[in-house]
Amino acid sequence: MATIKVNGQQRDVSGIPADTPLLWVLRDHLGLTGTKYGCGVSECGACTVHIDGEAAQSCVTAISDIGDASVVTIEGLSENGDHPVQQAWKAHNVPQCGYCQVGQMMTCAAMLAANPNPNDDEINDGMWNICRCGTYNRIRDAVKTAAKEMR
Amino acid sequence: MSNSLQHTTLRQWIENARRETAIDPGPTSRVARRDFLKGIAAGSLVILTAKNGDTIAARADDLGTDDSLSPSLFVAIEPDGTVKILAHRSEMGTGIRTALPRVLADELGADWNKVVIVQAKGDRRLGDQNTDGSNSIRFFYKTMRVAGATARTMLEQAAASQWGVNATEVSTNNHTVYLNGVKKKLEFHQLVEDASKLRTPEPADLRFKSPNDFQYIGRKFPIADLDDILTGKAEFGIDARIDGQAFAVIARCPVVGGVVESYDAEAAKVIPGVIDTIELPRFQGAPLFQQLGGIAVIAESTWAAWKGRDALKIIWQEGPNADYDTDKFIATLKDTVKANGQVMRNQGDAVTAIADADRKVSATYSVPHLSHAPMETTCAVADVKTNEAGDVLSCYLKAATQNPQAVQQAVGPALGIPNDQVHCDVTLLGAGFGRKSKPDYCVEAARLSRILKRPVHVTWTREDDFRHDYFHTISAVHCEAGLDTHGKPTGWLMRAAYPTIASTFAPGADAPATWEAEMGLTDLPYDVPNVRVEVGKAKAHTRIGWLRAVCHIFQNFAVSSFADELAHAAKADPFKFLLNTLGDDRHLDIAALKLGNRGADPKEYPYDIGRLKNVLTRAANNSSWERHAQLPKGKGMGIACCRSFLGYTGHVVEVSVSQEGVVSVENVWCSIDSGTIVSLDRVHAQVEGATIMGISQAMYGEMPMKNGRAIHSNFDGFQVAKMIDAPKAIHVDIVKNDAAPGGVGETGIGSFAPALCNAIFAATGKRIRDLPIKNHDLSWS
Ligand code: FES
Ligand code: FES
Repeated sequence: MATIKVNGQQRDVSGIPADTPLLWVLRDHLGLTGTKYGCGVSECGACTVHIDGEAAQSCVTAISDIGDASVVTIEGLSENGDHPVQQAWKAHNVPQCGYCQVGQMMTCAAMLAANPNPNDDEINDGMWNICRCGTYNRIRDAVKTAAKEMR
Repeated sequence: MSNSLQHTTLRQWIENARRETAIDPGPTSRVARRDFLKGIAAGSLVILTAKNGDTIAARADDLGTDDSLSPSLFVAIEPDGTVKILAHRSEMGTGIRTALPRVLADELGADWNKVVIVQAKGDRRLGDQNTDGSNSIRFFYKTMRVAGATARTMLEQAAASQWGVNATEVSTNNHTVYLNGVKKKLEFHQLVEDASKLRTPEPADLRFKSPNDFQYIGRKFPIADLDDILTGKAEFGIDARIDGQAFAVIARCPVVGGVVESYDAEAAKVIPGVIDTIELPRFQGAPLFQQLGGIAVIAESTWAAWKGRDALKIIWQEGPNADYDTDKFIATLKDTVKANGQVMRNQGDAVTAIADADRKVSATYSVPHLSHAPMETTCAVADVKTNEAGDVLSCYLKAATQNPQAVQQAVGPALGIPNDQVHCDVTLLGAGFGRKSKPDYCVEAARLSRILKRPVHVTWTREDDFRHDYFHTISAVHCEAGLDTHGKPTGWLMRAAYPTIASTFAPGADAPATWEAEMGLTDLPYDVPNVRVEVGKAKAHTRIGWLRAVCHIFQNFAVSSFADELAHAAKADPFKFLLNTLGDDRHLDIAALKLGNRGADPKEYPYDIGRLKNVLTRAANNSSWERHAQLPKGKGMGIACCRSFLGYTGHVVEVSVSQEGVVSVENVWCSIDSGTIVSLDRVHAQVEGATIMGISQAMYGEMPMKNGRAIHSNFDGFQVAKMIDAPKAIHVDIVKNDAAPGGVGETGIGSFAPALCNAIFAATGKRIRDLPIKNHDLSWS
């Protein structure tokens, strides 16, 4: 594959070994460092991006598996950083160190697109990303605020 | 602080803060001086704090060559009115990069929209930069206020002389100086020129804001990096880039102290993208933060380096720690605390008092090794400059570090250059929890850059992070007490054994240090006539480091669990038992107990039993504690309190335990008194975060080791709290108190785990003495 589609643009990935995880292609080859590395084995969610609108862990997605699917990263989630999820995160002052939050917001945005009105159990289930700073209670509140805005 | 603040008190305060941080008064360097002033417009008014505690105002242009003051720069007001404030502590999630500049801006009367925060490089002239130990506000609150008041006073003097009035007739707000009672005003940018020519005001002439007039201090404000974080623009250590950089991943021996016997460099080099393999010097042990050695694979991307690393087929000589086994070790520690150890506190005759007591209670507690596991692993990029002969001239780094001066101190000797020739910029940290005060990873990046002659970015994989951490220690604490016929403790004995953090710095250190024991043991606050604390020997077999809350994690767990056991033995309400046992409102005699008190003056930072009882009582009241006795089986409330990092917390935890034994933390009430608070919302957030970290540690936290190796290497094995583990609500109650600022970041941890385990006991009748909770069968019928 010579190109992949990221944030609406065809990006050149020729010469990159086919088994390279999308995460490292985004970060080291395409300069999109908003997507974070946390575990590399689909355990933490820090690397979450959207592939054709669904949340996917870029650390375990080889670029050869992307084909002509459309990848969206935090850099492409909204034009001006004002996606309802980003706004809700801001309203609740969710981030502490902030490192996990890109993945949290990408997980949340995909979850709300599929289920606009999640209950607490669904939030507990859907928002599985790890935050070592412990912002879960604020994330829970922010998810509800974002859901309200998006409905 | 108030208008009555005395010159001498202030100086004393700053000098104490400085002395504590043990700044080496070595020669200064021109290069660093230029760094100070780079990016500040000519004609700016700058305020500097000299090492002797004096605050000095100057015009930026006049500072060019005068090194004699060796000052540190905290604020510059540029001719256009822009206020640049230096943030010299590291941002790892506490909000400090915003909080300290807010203190200065408040005292200055600045409009926050016209403030630019400049992140400082490592520079010893700035004083302590080790963002650790919950010290930042305590060390620098007054420094920031003095700097802000000095600048404001000069702007006010400049305005007063333009108007031909006395400076007492003007006041400042929102970047503007006003003539009182008249509609006259001058904005900062109109005053900088005149103000920068004035003499520095005498400390006695500074007027400080009254807390009632604070605009930022003690209020809710967002962190300065919020938008960047939410849009993915924030730069963490893993994101740091220097043009032309290569990426390195390193194979290190899974057993500390082991060395490479053989490896297959060619197997790595055939991986596409791999540039080279480099063998790092072997691990030297103490002193300070040595790199672990091993084989680095350098590549054009992180992933290629990683694959190259996995292809190396290394055979290790594992060395003397290869039989370290934590199952056996914990048993040894428990044996150690059965026997007498070295006495750390002795008051009355605890042994006889317990022997003669009406009732005798004893219990032994243990807590395993823990990993820091910050969400971002340790990462740094280094660029070493050499001359044609290959001699190293300087090194520039961008690092996710809690302590850029420690980076200088570790990298300088590793490269054979003066520390001042190591320039370290600090990125945001994807949390730290103490791990990133230890710059072994920066030494790796610097050594590799020197050999490769190009910038090298070192990324620790998550597996590296878990396997090669500076682990939180492993501990056993034995407690014994005697109760009289009224259920009052008459004697209290504790013995603790755990590998000391000092072993990381001094080879052979094999017993807990006094500063470790006083995090919960020797500072036992209870009013008991006979108290004895002993520590036993324990050798370190891995690198031991400090983790958020340090020894409070296991010492307060033991003390506050044991207090609950005593309450039940005495058939008393645990809350009332604690209150009674804490005794009268009073200050502990810090001198008599030989407590270091974290270097803080006991007059300013007493151990105040009244404050401890207050947070305990508030937490109890907020939780409607009296409910606890009526809860059905499977539900329970637990209570605990402690003083840690000069702050006070009281915790009530409410749990439910299903018949199958699944624990849910329903509600947490935490009352915290850390004196003066700067960032109200971030203090809330720190307590919330401490609760979640407390759940991680208590429910799941353990890093077992076998054959000298850490067993877990990722989050599938080393479990941490997730959303599903988060309480329904964390009720944070911050005591309003204008006492000197204590710690916050670590303070919320100490009394949480015991309150949780006390709640589990109330719910099930099962007492957790060995963490983590997940290893216990809590089912009931
Ligand atoms: S880095 Fe992909 S899930 Fe953790
Ligand atoms: S905010 Fe730090 S890991 Fe989530």
